[in-house]
Amino acid sequence: MLNISGIHEGFVLDHIQAGMSMRIYHDLKLDELDCTVAIIKNAKSSKMGKKDIIKVECPIESLDLDILGFIDHNITVNVIKHDKIVEKMELRLPKHVKNVIKCKNPRCITSIEQELDHIFILADSAKEVYRCKYCEEKYINPNRRR
Amino acid sequence: MRHLMSPLDFSVSEIDRLLDLANDIEKQPKKYAHACEGKKIATCFYEPSTRTRLSFEAAMLNLGGSVLGFSSANSSSAAKGESVSDTIRIISCYADICAMRHPKEGAPLVASEKSKIPVINAGDGGHQHPTQTLTDLLTIRSLKGRLDNITIGLCGDLKFGRTVHSLINALIRYDNVKFVLISPEELRVPDYIREDVLKANDIEFEEVETLEEAMPELDVLYMTRVQKERFFNEEDYIRLKDFYILNKQKLAEAKEDMLILHPLPRVNEIAVEVDDDPRACYFKQAQYGVYVRMALILTLLELDKEFDY
Repeated sequence: MLNISGIHEGFVLDHIQAGMSMRIYHDLKLDELDCTVAIIKNAKSSKMGKKDIIKVECPIESLDLDILGFIDHNITVNVIKHDKIVEKMELRLPKHVKNVIKCKNPRCITSIEQELDHIFILADSAKEVYRCKYCEEKYINPNRRR
Repeated sequence: MRHLMSPLDFSVSEIDRLLDLANDIEKQPKKYAHACEGKKIATCFYEPSTRTRLSFEAAMLNLGGSVLGFSSANSSSAAKGESVSDTIRIISCYADICAMRHPKEGAPLVASEKSKIPVINAGDGGHQHPTQTLTDLLTIRSLKGRLDNITIGLCGDLKFGRTVHSLINALIRYDNVKFVLISPEELRVPDYIREDVLKANDIEFEEVETLEEAMPELDVLYMTRVQKERFFNEEDYIRLKDFYILNKQKLAEAKEDMLILHPLPRVNEIAVEVDDDPRACYFKQAQYGVYVRMALILTLLELDKEFDY
């Protein structure tokens, strides 16, 4: 059994699909934060079989969790303050995401103008469909849980 | 300030109002002959499109305004690597309104975000071509007297044909419009039109493979060109381009008052022998294109309020 100590202030991201933690590490830009991060891969889970967990020791305002809702809104976010869970945040699909995914349509203006942000707007929340703001190219989250 | 990126930027009542203005311009062109005196339109065309560009320029000249612009990326600063955002900032200093055609999808939207003047999307790749849709709506309403209760056949390249996608999106907002989609399997409408637009809105439609089986029930037949520039390889283009050709023989089964429309230019999908048929309305449609662009320029410059119509 691997023991990782609790955190004083920060987040515990639980119920991450096994194998997804490194993507979340990069997309949340945790590598750019000067704080303690623990990534636990393939932990046993009664609900999921296997799951990943990320613990981040940081001031709670320093993370933009909108992006987590885009990656997988079924992740459980526990907010820790003074060593205790003070909130379980519910993740939602963000209305839009900026520079998280790139538009793959070779005919899109973003393919030739490098300085443009890649912005995707939520078009259908039930089907988790996003569309490129500029060319309306469809993006369906490949990690969507049915 | 408003821009026009998609035909759906205008509500149904706003489109009705715009078409009313276009019809008034058609009836009384002199009334509007000086409406845009002192105003300039910049036609920024990053890819060739003589027809659309001249239509915008004719529209502005008919309103007493003047025109400037470029007609290919090679003759603009884009050839030196200038971004669309920078170009529109400069054009905003020179003109009062801009019509932009660009091969890349979303380029006019990028321009509109930085522009100080109204921007009209004059076609962006295979994405949108809203003034063609407004032209189509004006033509159908003027010649049929209505936009509801019609059966419209859309024929040819329904996969890459942006005019078809825009027209479907615009017409589903009217009651009791039925679509007959006539195309080879390879060029059927994309899934998102079938699923997210037609099925999701409970719109009656059928997909058929021949013009003949669709013809008798149609009030409007909208023909399209199989466009070479929309294909990634020439082999597919050559194989599919001659698939659907309208001629007198096929027209024999059509209603007496059916309208034949085409966004033009045609290649060979409508035989020249059809041009003299009273149902052939594609050249009138080009004329309506000027009226609707005049109405659009007036509306976006907020000069429409100065007229009763």
